[in-house]
Amino acid sequence: MIAIMVEILGLVLGCLALGWVFRAAGRRLTGNRPYFRDMGMGVAFGYALGAVLLVGIIYVYWQGKTAEGPEAARYFFFNKAVEGFILFAVAAWVFRALGRRIGTAGSRRLFRQMPLTAAFGILVITLYALTAIFADFLAPYGQADVFDKVNVLPGGDPAMGGDPRFLLGTDQIGRDLLSRLIFGAQNTVGIAFATTCIAFFLGGTFGFLAATLGGWVDQLLGRLVDVLMAIPALIFALLLMTIASAWAGSEKQLLTLYMVFIIAVIDSTRVFRLARAVAGNIVVMDYIEAARLRGEGLGYLIFREILPNATSPLLAEFGLRFCFVFLTIASLSFLGVGIQPPLADWGSMVRDLAPFINFAAFSPLTASLPLMAAGAIALLTVAVNFVVDWMLYRSSGLKE
Amino acid sequence: MAERLLEIRDIHIEGHTDETWVPIINGVSLTLDKGEVLGLIGESGAGKSTLGLAAMGYTRDGCRISSGSVNFDGIELTTADAATRRRLLGARIAYVAQSAAASFNPAHKLIDQHVEAPVVHKIMSREEAMRDGIELYRRLRLPNPEEIGFRYPHQVSGGQLQRAMTAMAMSCRPDLIIFDEPTTALDVTTQIEVLAAIRDIVEQFDTAAIYITHDLAVVAQMADRIKVLLRGDEVEEAETREMLSHPREEYTKSLWAVRSFQRPQKPPAPAGSTPVVALRGVSAAYGKIPVLHDVSFEIAEGRTVAVVGESGSGKSTAARVITGLLPPTEGVVEFMGEPLPPSYRKRSRDQLRQIQMIYQMADTALNPNKTIAEIIGRPVQFYTGRTGRERERRVDQLLEQIELDPATFRGRKPGELSGGQKQRIGIARALAAEPRFIICDEVTSALDQLVAEGILRLLARLQDELGLSYMFITHDLATVRAIADEVVVMKDGRVVETGPRDEMFRPPHHPYTDLLLSSVPEMDPDWLDRLLAERGVENIGDAAADRM
Repeated sequence: MIAIMVEILGLVLGCLALGWVFRAAGRRLTGNRPYFRDMGMGVAFGYALGAVLLVGIIYVYWQGKTAEGPEAARYFFFNKAVEGFILFAVAAWVFRALGRRIGTAGSRRLFRQMPLTAAFGILVITLYALTAIFADFLAPYGQADVFDKVNVLPGGDPAMGGDPRFLLGTDQIGRDLLSRLIFGAQNTVGIAFATTCIAFFLGGTFGFLAATLGGWVDQLLGRLVDVLMAIPALIFALLLMTIASAWAGSEKQLLTLYMVFIIAVIDSTRVFRLARAVAGNIVVMDYIEAARLRGEGLGYLIFREILPNATSPLLAEFGLRFCFVFLTIASLSFLGVGIQPPLADWGSMVRDLAPFINFAAFSPLTASLPLMAAGAIALLTVAVNFVVDWMLYRSSGLKE
Repeated sequence: MAERLLEIRDIHIEGHTDETWVPIINGVSLTLDKGEVLGLIGESGAGKSTLGLAAMGYTRDGCRISSGSVNFDGIELTTADAATRRRLLGARIAYVAQSAAASFNPAHKLIDQHVEAPVVHKIMSREEAMRDGIELYRRLRLPNPEEIGFRYPHQVSGGQLQRAMTAMAMSCRPDLIIFDEPTTALDVTTQIEVLAAIRDIVEQFDTAAIYITHDLAVVAQMADRIKVLLRGDEVEEAETREMLSHPREEYTKSLWAVRSFQRPQKPPAPAGSTPVVALRGVSAAYGKIPVLHDVSFEIAEGRTVAVVGESGSGKSTAARVITGLLPPTEGVVEFMGEPLPPSYRKRSRDQLRQIQMIYQMADTALNPNKTIAEIIGRPVQFYTGRTGRERERRVDQLLEQIELDPATFRGRKPGELSGGQKQRIGIARALAAEPRFIICDEVTSALDQLVAEGILRLLARLQDELGLSYMFITHDLATVRAIADEVVVMKDGRVVETGPRDEMFRPPHHPYTDLLLSSVPEMDPDWLDRLLAERGVENIGDAAADRM
């Protein structure tokens, strides 16, 4: 324990020293340019720490490249992560470069102002959308097809217990994992999207109504939402799902429908709060007063005057809410009450394949199976968040 | 020869928009001696504030000084390092912003914010700075200088806050203070207190100042020299008296001439004719707080009634009662002799159509996400039932009426218009309803003088053409002089005085009317001295309060 603390302290002090040297050298070499002249010690430290970490990553990666046998397994995940990061960075860069050259003047301008993170996000979301839409063509087999070979290891190498027919292997009852991963995009993402849309329809409508009408309508809706929000979301969802599964009986499809509505209602409370707050700032504007004095009805006020001015915060919230809904569905599926078999979804794939993580020490490829489903969830969440950040940045009007 | 304090030479400042650098200031030079006050005037967008900030070697985010030099007492600010600038700013150069309310941190007491700069710059200890702060408050004639510093910003009035801000700028006895429109947001009566206080303290400490404003009469009181800016270029510069009496450039002359617009007063409406709108014994309250007390006045057909008063006098509330947004607790509003339902919800579409409103802030009065054609077209369709082609034709006609080219403007959104153009769209939207009566709520107070004059001329023309009646809410007596036929003076929710305009501007006045009238700055550099002498006062604020 003490040794670790000493190491951390050494790293910090080393970086401080390195930062100081870097700054001094920068001042000397550039003839005291304002950038180096006005650089704080914190910034210099950051540069040094960044450099040290970069060197460290390259060193460890190289270790992994040159290691062999069981030794290589230790570095497997680290190296894959580094490679994945570089791959995605390059892909995003190429995607953005293409966007800057192809398309209308407007879209080209959009791509020129786009940070790399946003390009990455848009690229990933597009890939997911395509995968979900064309799952039937992309997947080698159906999601419910059961084969006679169970527990085939991934890699497609017969010598290692694989099978070239099943690139990622099969699960305990012999379903092709690659196909299930691809169909998972359709089910998990599709259902999450539908749920978020319903949540926004409910929350947005009631939020706008509360802000526009005010008075007792506002109070009633507000307190109702308070009550719903007071119960922890996941536990509440579990409770309702238990009731719903009794209603649904053997109708598994019906249970999925119930789940969509339950999550939509729970999440709509958050949307309600935001919609009401955003609309609250808009209804005090003079143009709303002008419309009211004109004698306009409620529908016109909400949909023609308020909604167009609330789109950017709501759109940003849509992205975030989508992630949360998506994770809730995955959590429920992981707990066994979410999307029901035979439909493939990533949450339950993580649960079903979780034991394989124990093989990490000697067969990293096998252990990465549950990680692929989990990674699919994580990747989309990160991508959506990048895009949302960018949209928030654009709508807030911060340019520098 | 006085000692040179600040020298800005051929400075160019650019702003970053849409990936390109757009020039904001094109090579303006400026010099300032110790203890001298320079007035910077121009319309909004002329670059006054940008130039003022550049005098501190500072630019707003997204702007940069692309060339030129700023030399402050031998120190070149454009290339000075961050540490040097930190030592100068606050200690030797201070800045007073337009809105003191937005510049004070609402979570800290005034005196705590006051002592920050001298303590940080190690000029005084905390205790010394506090004592000094109280002394400054006394010199700036703040009431209760001993204890006012221990209040929070929201506990003092706007004029007092602006003076506290000036005291704060003075805390390190800087050599240069930059005042950026310090009185623009204040009422005329409060403005005088602040102007006198600022002028005195600047004289007492022999501080140099750059005074930025768009109000010529104000700058005439404050500045030794005046520099006129137009779209980032210098128009001319001269001693104040010289500039006022003999402006050289056409642009300056047009600025000077703005206040000359005046329409002859119309004869009073014939006796016995029905007024378009009449308030009869109206009282109103926000919740339990009474705002209007037994207010009665009439607006005759085709006439303009100006409702004048300080902020908080109830003039906008009267407008809200007329429109039905705030039902009165007592009394009635009559339209063409018929009592109107108290709430707008109960009024018929035709009653709503007859009474239209034009707002002070055109920014918030127009939906930023709609095109001009939609904004004007909606009331056309809503009230007159015109759709499609017919509606578009009417929109074009209205745009022509407000002197904007339909082809250029119909597709634009409010964000792409200037302040004056936006206000014109607000007028067109009101006209689209084909009303009899329009309430103009401070429609020109957010605009530059030249633009404001254009709006007033347009409103006057429309009145003549369409026989409209206006209720003109304003605190600017120059506007009243220009356009009103009758004047209603309000104070604390009561009508103090009413009468035809020409009569109102002739003595004798009600004491409050007199205070209002005499507080309007005049284009005479001696006006403030004379006024102060007339009122014979140490403490103007108290004197004003005594009279009320």
